Amino acid sequence: MINSKSIALFLFLLGFWLLMSGHYTVLITSLGVISCLLCVYLTIKGNFLDNETIPIYFFPRLIQYTIWLIKEIFISNITTAKVILSKSEEPELFSVKATQKTNEGKVTYANSITLTPGTVTTQIKDNVFEVHALTKEFGDDVRGSEMDRMVTWLEKGK
Amino acid sequence: MLDLSIQIISIISFVGGVFFILTGSIGLIRLPDVFSRIHAAGMIDTAGASFIILGMILQSGFSLITAKLVFIGIFIFFTSPITGHVTANLARKKGVIPIGKTKGKTL
Repeated sequence: MINSKSIALFLFLLGFWLLMSGHYTVLITSLGVISCLLCVYLTIKGNFLDNETIPIYFFPRLIQYTIWLIKEIFISNITTAKVILSKSEEPELFSVKATQKTNEGKVTYANSITLTPGTVTTQIKDNVFEVHALTKEFGDDVRGSEMDRMVTWLEKGK
Repeated sequence: MLDLSIQIISIISFVGGVFFILTGSIGLIRLPDVFSRIHAAGMIDTAGASFIILGMILQSGFSLITAKLVFIGIFIFFTSPITGHVTANLARKKGVIPIGKTKGKTL
């Protein structure tokens, strides 16, 4: 019952509660601790506490991945703005294969594609993703599968 | 001096956010079909929102509000791809045919 996942969930909830509260008297903080414990207890009782809730093996490489993703998002934002202002869009629809093994990895990959402007994941079936891209260059970026490699690297952890 | 430079950086990021939101809105109207318009909406959600939040963080100084603004940014980053994917997925399922090329076998 008490394992690394439940402790991580408790610490997240407590940290978030302390950030949102702003009042640090003994009474109010202890009420917060009790409510966080109750939430963790209910999560364990309802069997929600699995790898999808707390993908704990992502954490060691998460910061490096986030920095890389923000850089990618910034670059493709500028490209999308150029495409919109210069009226040079030529949309295309295609399929790519994902190499992630777990559901969490696939969700991360699909969300990263959608979060990058210029590419949207439209459908997923097993490990085939259907992607809509705003121009051919965006499509080539996804087909070049740099992001796929990064997410697989993130998924392996440690 | 430090105060002034923080103000200037903050104003620059506000201007950047306004530029991306304006361009995204133009794209939302101008692009041809629903799939292309999602890209413009995604640009408003990522670059527009994060530049505006960055400007607000610099304006607020270092306090609890800074952390709350960072959390607003994180939540936008987690929720915006879901709405984009759901819109595109539903359009595909309802049989909307995308304008432009279709390469290879699609689902």
